[in-house]
Amino acid sequence: MNSRDTMINTNPSNEIPASQSVDEAGAGILAVKVDDLTVAYNYKPVLWDIDLEIPEGVLMAIVGPNGAGKSTLIKAILGILKPIAGSVSIYGKPYHKQRSLVAYVPQKGSVDWDFPTVALDVVMMGTYGSLGWIKRPGVKEKKAALEALEKVGMLPFKNRQISQLSGGQQQRIFLARALVQDASIYFMDEPFQGVDATTEIAIINILKELRKAGKTVVVVHHDLQTVPEYFDWVTFLNVKKIATGPVKDIFNDDNLTKTYGINYKVSVQK
Amino acid sequence: MNLQEYFSLVFSDYTLRTITLGTAILGAVTGMLGSFAVLRKQSLLGDAISHAALPGIALAFLITGAKDSNTLLLGALVSGLVGTFWIRGIITKTHLKSDTALGLILSLFFGFGMLLLTFIQKQPNANQAGLDKYLFGQAATLVESDVWLMAIVTGICLIVMLLFWKEFKILLFDADYTKTLGFNTKFIDVLITTFIVLAIVLGLQTVGVVLMSAMLLAPAAAARQWTNSLGTMVFLAAIFGAFSGVFGTAISASQDNLSTGPVIVIVASVFVVFSFIFSPSRGLLFRQIRFIKNRRDLEFQKTLSFMYHIAETHEDISHPHTIKILNNFQGFTRKTLQKLVDKNYVTLDGAMWSLTEEGFETAANLYNQNFKKHE
Repeated sequence: MNSRDTMINTNPSNEIPASQSVDEAGAGILAVKVDDLTVAYNYKPVLWDIDLEIPEGVLMAIVGPNGAGKSTLIKAILGILKPIAGSVSIYGKPYHKQRSLVAYVPQKGSVDWDFPTVALDVVMMGTYGSLGWIKRPGVKEKKAALEALEKVGMLPFKNRQISQLSGGQQQRIFLARALVQDASIYFMDEPFQGVDATTEIAIINILKELRKAGKTVVVVHHDLQTVPEYFDWVTFLNVKKIATGPVKDIFNDDNLTKTYGINYKVSVQK
Repeated sequence: MNLQEYFSLVFSDYTLRTITLGTAILGAVTGMLGSFAVLRKQSLLGDAISHAALPGIALAFLITGAKDSNTLLLGALVSGLVGTFWIRGIITKTHLKSDTALGLILSLFFGFGMLLLTFIQKQPNANQAGLDKYLFGQAATLVESDVWLMAIVTGICLIVMLLFWKEFKILLFDADYTKTLGFNTKFIDVLITTFIVLAIVLGLQTVGVVLMSAMLLAPAAAARQWTNSLGTMVFLAAIFGAFSGVFGTAISASQDNLSTGPVIVIVASVFVVFSFIFSPSRGLLFRQIRFIKNRRDLEFQKTLSFMYHIAETHEDISHPHTIKILNNFQGFTRKTLQKLVDKNYVTLDGAMWSLTEEGFETAANLYNQNFKKHE
């Protein structure tokens, strides 16, 4: 069996469910614009000359095989990694002037969950950016954090030591921390990784709510089968940008093959 | 002098008071900062810094010819900082992992320091003796000005920590995220690291190059066992560190010829061992007790539910069955059976057992619960 067969078998439908409405209204304003972005670790380019325009109000998946540079793209946009070339603008201005408009949900595995703190405390960290240096969070910040915990269904766990939370609960805490930032654009690095079905549904519902509120959400995603169901826009990435656009227009065999090539088979197996 | 004498003298005797205060302050500040090192998984950093400070001491002596502790410690500070930022450079600029970088710098600087020390000892200058006290420390040489220096540095460190508490905490937990919020993570990082270097350099005279890292790690490791809050952990580590200093000094002063540094480190280690065993939530002892209790409960429940399945097949739930039948069931022990009898869930009649009404009811509930969990 070749990889193309697998691809077709695992993706029986490229059609978009009727309930899915693509938000065309926001397509006029650009939330994020990436120009000629190139990132390299030593000599090997991880991202090559990426041009990417993300319209306001979309719920976008970034898909691609392992090592395609999906996380790197987000980290470079957010300035965590230094690109060797290229620029990023958020609503027409350089990113460092627009930080307050952007929130980030890192991969769950990127931190040590045995850190001595409780769930509420982690969510409060979302307010640190607007507080700035030295100032401590107060009543207002605590209220915002509690509201975010409520939204992700984690309020009963607010005083729980974070190492005693399940993987799905930890992911919700990270999501709540980003919600507290009350940003316009959300970047999320594999928020569905290692969470159970209930949490996955809870998270996607929150993402859809964000989109409904006019926010832009960009998600690094691994599960190709749920792309048409969850997202309205998609970017195919494999070191270079293969394609970007509405799911109904570009989520097809052609782009999937271009992106995954013969590696495709490997990356659908979780 | 025995311990009792020591404690009666500690407030009146000038030397004892100075040394005790010095070691207490030192323990507090290293414990406090050690918490940060431990949480950043930079436990080895302290070891590398203290070893990296040695050539600085030797060079300071060679250049100035002075032997007062302030000059030498200034040299230690410079070479400690050079070593530390060298380590950082290796980690960020090359493919080498942090443990390799730490090990490399540690041995390189220590080797160079030892070389300089032997060179100094060969010099035809009577002044050279005593530099080797920085290898293992000599608390007896502490004077009032040393203690003042420690107190001032500790005070500044405390103020900075309180000011930047929020920034320290978020950087320790999630550095990438901190960056996206617009904080200058490099600045926070340099601030923490500089204070760690300062604390270590302060301790060189008392505890010495070789054992200094224990002062940084032991109180923090012990404190982590007792709390799930960063603030409490830092506070406890400072307390443990200070007590290690005081007790260590007391023991070494009351037993002649015991050098203070190693005794302090051993006392700090006792705190660690005690904490690892007796901490209620993370300690080995209570974990083992919980484990055994859970296993017993499970065996008890499994046996009861096994009996329930047998009894269920009969019209009369208290129909007697032979005990032998239970031997087919993995996990069955006589002890469990006795427990079931004690709880009045089962009655025994010779080699036969039968469930009581109460036992049947309990098992039914248990079974439903387990069943629901599996759904």
